[in-house]
Amino acid sequence: MSLLEIKDATLKFGGVVAVNKLSLSVEEGEVYAIVGPNGAGKSTVFNMISRFYQPHAGTFTFDGQNLLERAADQVADLGIARTFQNIELFDHATVLQNLLVGRHRHRKTSLVEELFFAPRVRREEIAHREAVEEVIDFLDLQPYRDKMIAGLPYGVRKVVELGRALASGPRLLLLDEPASGLSVEETQDMRWWIDDIRKQMGITVLMVEHDMGLVSSVCDRVLALADGAKLAEGTPAEVQAHPAVIEAYLGAGAV
Amino acid sequence: MRILFKTSYTDDIRLFPDRWTLAVYGALMALAFALPWLIDEFYIGEVTNVLIWAIAGLGLMLLTGQTGQVSLGHAAFLAIGCYTNTILIEIGLPFIVAFPLAGVITGVVGTIIAIPALRLHGIYLAIATIALSILADDIIVLLDPWTGGVSGKFPDMITIFGLEIERWTMPVRFYYLVLAVTVICTLFYRNLLRSPLGRAFAAIRDSEVSATAMGVHILRTKCKAFGLSCMITGWAGALMGYYAGAFNNETFSLVISITLLMMIVIGGLGSIHGAFFGAVVVAFLPQALSILKGATIGGSVAIPGLETGVFGMILILFILFEPMGLYGRWLKIRTWFELFPFARKDMFRRQKSYLKTERLR
Ligand SMILES: Nc1ncnc2c1ncn2[C@@H]1O[C@H](COP(=O)(O)OP(=O)(O)O)[C@@H](O)[C@H]1O
Ligand SMILES: [Mg+2]
Repeated sequence: MSLLEIKDATLKFGGVVAVNKLSLSVEEGEVYAIVGPNGAGKSTVFNMISRFYQPHAGTFTFDGQNLLERAADQVADLGIARTFQNIELFDHATVLQNLLVGRHRHRKTSLVEELFFAPRVRREEIAHREAVEEVIDFLDLQPYRDKMIAGLPYGVRKVVELGRALASGPRLLLLDEPASGLSVEETQDMRWWIDDIRKQMGITVLMVEHDMGLVSSVCDRVLALADGAKLAEGTPAEVQAHPAVIEAYLGAGAV
Repeated sequence: MRILFKTSYTDDIRLFPDRWTLAVYGALMALAFALPWLIDEFYIGEVTNVLIWAIAGLGLMLLTGQTGQVSLGHAAFLAIGCYTNTILIEIGLPFIVAFPLAGVITGVVGTIIAIPALRLHGIYLAIATIALSILADDIIVLLDPWTGGVSGKFPDMITIFGLEIERWTMPVRFYYLVLAVTVICTLFYRNLLRSPLGRAFAAIRDSEVSATAMGVHILRTKCKAFGLSCMITGWAGALMGYYAGAFNNETFSLVISITLLMMIVIGGLGSIHGAFFGAVVVAFLPQALSILKGATIGGSVAIPGLETGVFGMILILFILFEPMGLYGRWLKIRTWFELFPFARKDMFRRQKSYLKTERLR
């Protein structure tokens, strides 16, 4: 059984069909990429998985459970974490605090216990902190631990957002354009991290990315999307060589 | 410059991060405790007033500074706390039970009101909560049999295990009572800040979308913020009742709500210090103004709206030039001294910030 299975998903915004009868399945342990031109509907797929958008038709199954029965705030609990295309961090908090919010789904203590900072809250806090420190070590965020997000460069924010998603201890990680706006070196780091996330942490990754270099080096399978519909699916090499993809990217007549 | 070496994760979740802060706050507490021996009773009363405003400020700060929800209805919750406390004592509960309960009841009422109100955002929420402030007046009049309507109420003398406390005849005892409540509320606030719930509040303030994606239930969490905020505000209201000695339907007006909001903006949104700094301004500004007026144009000349006008001016100046409030200014001054003589002129220039949107695409 696939970890994530989408069948015939359709979503329209007024007259625009953002996603059209799209089916895909992501296997446990793989890195799967969705590629496609701007406006193809890639982020919309993510937003349906996160339950921010309600599909008009189709089924979404995660680990055998019906995703559509969940509210947006219950998706994290299943073990799905994500980043956003336009970085959505908590700007007036430190890097550490941002990563700790990632732990929110593991909160066990009640309001009253927290008001009195009961011993259990203290124990939990230390456990959360240990989990977060592992992420900080993994992503080399030590120099930024106590820095406010508002003052950080773009590249670092991108990494913090990845860290926040990792801190929640997900089974499936959704990365919306993880390398967009990053320098060559930063993209290189991102490539290693995604590799390690899969290999060391055993987390399944579904990502949207334009950088075909990055996609072909870290992804097992790629799906090419255009106007909300699937053009091609397969290994990165297969998809890049697919006539429909070449046509969509270079325009008719280029083949 | 002070450099911290943290050696364990508990360093960051301790109440006082290091010896130095412990020493500073210890000294501050000792000073607060010794104050009645240092200044005379009239000024003890003034300090008590500052502390009561600071408690109210902490209440609103939790909602507005921490969770990002603006309320112009908090005078109504001051009123609920004040009347509930007085009524509970009248029906025979001892102060030590009635007072905490009054805050809890205010919190519960606040949570119930929050459920529909918090579906609104930003300025719309502010407008909706104005209605609360206005309604409170009418409701107090309508509930005449319990509230005493326009003729108002006079709170009884407080007795805690036989110890009598009265604001006018025993200002020092009343001061200690208020100080104790202040410390408890500050501790509650501080504990929230270092727990998951406090972080969820800040997460909602900064990005509801990603808070949701992290598993934070937005409405439920906002309701908790509203409830806790109202609980603290309720306690402040009960203390205000004692401090004023008498109150009626006009005591907790919209002006009080506005003053509260201005207070936390001037003090510095999002920090405990901000509530205290703001309280000092609010409590002493009327005095400062009347002294200033007396010295310039003569104390007997009445200028209607002077206080409100000056408040408004100060607020606008702060929003324009020091959005971080007095606390922000204080942090800058402290950094300047710590780095002396290496501070640079443009050190605090705001960093280039990236467009903040709540777009999903
Ligand atoms: N909230 C929305 N309201 C209206 N139209 C939307 C919304 N979200 C996405 N769309 C439209 O859906 C299409 C796909 O967008 P998107 O998924 O963001 O594309 P991309 O593949 O670049 O991530 C676009 O035509 C976009 O304008
Ligand atoms: Mg997109």
